[in-house]
Amino acid sequence: MPPRDANPPDRALTRRDLLAGAAGVAGAAAIASLPALGAAQQASVPAAPPPVVPADPTKVVGTPTAAVGTRSPFVRPTRVPTGDIQGFSLTPHGDLTGTITPADLHFERHHAGVPLIDPARHTLTVHGKVARPMVFSMDDLRRFPQVTRTYFLECSGNGRAAFRDPKPDLTPQRVAGLLSNTEWTGVPLHALLEEVGMTGDATWMLAEGGDACMLTRSIPVAKAMDDALLVWAQNGEPLRPENGFPLRLLLPGWEGNSNVKWLRRLELGTAPWMTRWETSKYTDPLLGQKARQFSFDMDAKSMITSPCVPQAITKGWRPVSGLAWTGRGRITRVEVSVDGGSSWHDAALHEPVLSKAVTRFSWMWHWQGKSALLLSRATDETGYVQPTRTELTTARGPGTDYHFNQIVGWQVDPSGQLTYHGGR
Amino acid sequence: MRRIVMAMSAWLAACSGTGDGAATTHVSRTNGGPPPGQHFELGRAATPAEVAALDLDVNPAGAGLPAGRGSASDGAKVYARACASCHGPNGEGIAPLYPQLVGRDPAGETFDFAKDPRIARTIGNYWPYATTVFDYIRRAMPQTAPGSLSADDTYAVTAYLLAANKVIGAEAVLDSAALVNVKMPARDRFVRDDRRGGHEVR
Repeated sequence: MPPRDANPPDRALTRRDLLAGAAGVAGAAAIASLPALGAAQQASVPAAPPPVVPADPTKVVGTPTAAVGTRSPFVRPTRVPTGDIQGFSLTPHGDLTGTITPADLHFERHHAGVPLIDPARHTLTVHGKVARPMVFSMDDLRRFPQVTRTYFLECSGNGRAAFRDPKPDLTPQRVAGLLSNTEWTGVPLHALLEEVGMTGDATWMLAEGGDACMLTRSIPVAKAMDDALLVWAQNGEPLRPENGFPLRLLLPGWEGNSNVKWLRRLELGTAPWMTRWETSKYTDPLLGQKARQFSFDMDAKSMITSPCVPQAITKGWRPVSGLAWTGRGRITRVEVSVDGGSSWHDAALHEPVLSKAVTRFSWMWHWQGKSALLLSRATDETGYVQPTRTELTTARGPGTDYHFNQIVGWQVDPSGQLTYHGGR
Repeated sequence: MRRIVMAMSAWLAACSGTGDGAATTHVSRTNGGPPPGQHFELGRAATPAEVAALDLDVNPAGAGLPAGRGSASDGAKVYARACASCHGPNGEGIAPLYPQLVGRDPAGETFDFAKDPRIARTIGNYWPYATTVFDYIRRAMPQTAPGSLSADDTYAVTAYLLAANKVIGAEAVLDSAALVNVKMPARDRFVRDDRRGGHEVR
């Protein structure tokens, strides 16, 4: 046990503190397994020396083939922050184009660290309100009918820091980095549920992860039988450990937390279990002294990713480009404003526009050197229009939590320097 | 609609006489597969013992609660030993990683959290079910040694946290029946999602 004053609240918790705390309750094995914690606020990749470039690359033979490709030394996208056991890391949208998030830059959010799981020993147990309680190995699961589909994942806490404290130096990574977009491969969950034979009274399903908090969420059976997947691959290769290797639940369009990673158990039942993650967390305070629960759908949202902080722009033509997405189907329209919302222009939606996936949009802009406020506004196939900050706080209250999807953008000053604008 | 497609495709597969993908009509839903009423026969039966070993969850009706009991006073000792190094000696938490567990901010008593994000949400003013406290501690705490507390210790530390939040008395003892009967202050504050897309912002 550390002395009582070992962790004054005005000081960041260090790994040494945690180890000291661990020593009282756990053995050496638990201590050895703890990842570093103290590096949370540090940059994830140290500055590299500038690459040595030949004066004329056409006159020097290049490097040979390699077992695994690496990025150009001129390109160094990184997730931040890093080092937290119960933390998150953010996708650097300002460094990316297109729609697919490279697997090593997919955002992370986990509640008890990333477990190391042997796929040869991993199993999925399905039980409860079923005719045939069963255990499936990874090999079993891969023999079911497979599908490959592109869906976004977004943590419903995405944008909280930017909503509460819209600092001018926020980047797209800091504003909306808890969003990523991936081509997933797996088995439709309904195929598995048909194999075990749900009983007629099964209405809810508990999904449990195999991490150190055994994260659990209650999922309506209607979603499980609709478009839910059990996935083992992202962008053509097995899931990354931080994305649930070897198996995760994928609930298209639903808040990230419900897409349980390291999936090891599904229990069918007749009512939600009211787990910690669907009561004390991931519920949304509302005016009227209530809180919204099981708020799974991610509302339509968009963000301009180019230009963005920390860039400065020059006069002339350039695309205003960004990402739009909705958990309720397809994006049908994205509008761009350069005058803070007084007038709007329809942006081009880059094909293919996929349901519950990120859509890239762009609109060509001629900047003439005056102050400008760049905003984007998405509309989805239900007719839902991305709200202003005022509309959102009017509907939910200033203390609203989770599901921050208000219109945001970038202020451009006459020098061309950009700063974040948290919307009106 | 999908069920009709499923039934049709299964029927077509059966008519092909093989069910091994030789059906000439391609239906992407089944992509071949077994005839109606049959399964892929993948996986194996789960034994009751292995399900019981995994099935640790507790629901608000108390299903899944183990035998055992613990007092708030015993729980204070468990808390000091297993919890205080992260959550603080009195459950005050260490932001941002280790949440505040104890506290009944007067501004939270009316559940006006939507008016001010600074009102701390704690077990006492926000958690709707006492069973959730037990379930979460049992599956995830303490973080450095999850699963290391006995059933009695888990009941005790749950009792301690509920008592420190003034939900139950300081002399209270919890077992499965008593835990299920604890009515949390925020029990009736939660409503189901009424967002449906369309023109209205909710």
